[in-house]
Amino acid sequence: MAVASADTAIRTSRITRAFIYLFLLLFALFYLLPFGIMLVNSLKPLSEITGGNMIALPQEWTIAPWLSAWSTAQIGVEPTGLRPYFINSLVMAVPAVVLSTVVGALNGYVLTKWQFRGSTIIFGLLLFSCFIPFQIVLIPMARILGLLDIAGTTPGLILVHFVYGIGFTTLYFRNYYAAFPTELVRAAQIDGAGFFQIFWRIMLPSSGPIIAVSFIWQFTNIWNDFLFGASFASGGSAPMTVALNNLVNSSTGVREYNVHFAGAIMAAAPTLLVYIVAGRYFVRGLMAGSVKG
Amino acid sequence: MAASTDTGVDLRTRLQTWLPKLVLAPSLAIMLVFVYGFIAFTIYLSFTDSRMLPSFGWVGWDNYDRLFRIREWNTAISNLAVFATLYIGISTLIGLSLAILLDQKIRGEGVLRPIFLYPMALSFIVTGTAWKWFLDPAIGLENTMHLWGWESFTFNWIKDREMAIYTVVIAAVWQSSGFVMAMFLAGLRGIDNEILKAAQIDGASNWNLYRRIILPQLRPAFLSAFVILSHLAIKSYDLVIALTGGGPGNATALPATFMYSYTFTRNQMGIGAASAVIMLMTIAAIMVPYLYAELKEKK
Repeated sequence: MAVASADTAIRTSRITRAFIYLFLLLFALFYLLPFGIMLVNSLKPLSEITGGNMIALPQEWTIAPWLSAWSTAQIGVEPTGLRPYFINSLVMAVPAVVLSTVVGALNGYVLTKWQFRGSTIIFGLLLFSCFIPFQIVLIPMARILGLLDIAGTTPGLILVHFVYGIGFTTLYFRNYYAAFPTELVRAAQIDGAGFFQIFWRIMLPSSGPIIAVSFIWQFTNIWNDFLFGASFASGGSAPMTVALNNLVNSSTGVREYNVHFAGAIMAAAPTLLVYIVAGRYFVRGLMAGSVKG
Repeated sequence: MAASTDTGVDLRTRLQTWLPKLVLAPSLAIMLVFVYGFIAFTIYLSFTDSRMLPSFGWVGWDNYDRLFRIREWNTAISNLAVFATLYIGISTLIGLSLAILLDQKIRGEGVLRPIFLYPMALSFIVTGTAWKWFLDPAIGLENTMHLWGWESFTFNWIKDREMAIYTVVIAAVWQSSGFVMAMFLAGLRGIDNEILKAAQIDGASNWNLYRRIILPQLRPAFLSAFVILSHLAIKSYDLVIALTGGGPGNATALPATFMYSYTFTRNQMGIGAASAVIMLMTIAAIMVPYLYAELKEKK
């Protein structure tokens, strides 16, 4: 990725630069090591882990732990592997991400281009919801999901993630649309374009970067959520993070570390993939929105 | 219809003025119920004798009284103080250092930056799983050092009641410091180089350049980092569950794990609600002034 910065004015000596590279490489090692070790050890037979060196490469490469984690490992009481839970998480995350992004985009549009008395207060109320500790809503949420008869189901979790995602998506779209020239909107209005027409024809075509930010943020948060999944989804409808935790922390039988590692990488794969493919848009878009110049 | 005397155009104009409010209304309603209504309900429950299910016998401040006499809660509070201080402090220090060093026209920045950043894409459950085994004396770092011939090396913090909370700090810093780096880097890239060049011509050393000119300009980035990290710290739940399960004993309990276990496994919902209220108040004390300042400034 091209670096946008102008020349830095700071000048450094050769020795200093050598130390800088050393320091940066040590930290790269720090960030890579735990995940790298998981990857290497997920490809070893169990005997090489318990009897051998964690950092050594496998003497005998095997994908058996991956197959086991995916389709036969014991999760809770069922030997189903992580596959059904992976699907649960996808079925949960995709609608919740799309819904909260659509609503956030419309909210951001209203809050920047159609302000009215009290709209700032409404934004403040939405914004505060991003930062509440979710423990404060767990008990009433459990009751409401029960009343709606969707307790312990994937639709229940979609609702929960949609509701608590609106604040963030609204924040992103509002900050992004605030920089969008209001004169364009007013001009279109004078030409007779309506509320939705302006949104559809003028705002949306230039919203690509912020839609990407919203998708990445929401997908990462919802896929990685554990608290709501553990509280509101039981047994077969649990999301991937809860299933992984059950796999790793179940106390029965032999601890199959290699299977645990393979499972952990599976749980990490979708968000890592999103990050690798689109991460730079995320950081760029996020910085444009959240750090004032 | 009462408005039948209006022409069609008028009706359309009136609809257009109402439309923005109509579009915003569902979100507002959802927030009022699912956020503010729920908060009110939980606050109410914290003054009742709820056990396994919500019940509405008023007990006044009883739950709060009892809460602060429970040893596990006091452990959780002091753990949070230790954890939050170190987590925020170390993440900021590492994030700032990496950002400043990366900003020195480093070759390979495009490779290093994603490596520093990728942990933030992972679930805390995955991070916890990775670090749990890495820090496990039997198969992890300690064992590796022994195999390499350093027989006396010990690193068993994760099994040690006194030290286990620091392993949570290590894993949490690993996950978040790259993100803090990105925030500082964005701030550094926004600083006007002309000012720096002018100061250099005046003979300022690099050290003074950073201390007097650059760091003060990073104030917004410091503030954002503090707000984001402190709110993550107070909400920390998954990482502790995956890394230590709150143990050994309850040596790594945090308010979030306390709330969950009292509400859902020990059937002390009134006390669980009271602990959630304390968590909310702590976050509100940090967030409300920050959000207020942000909104006022942007108006």
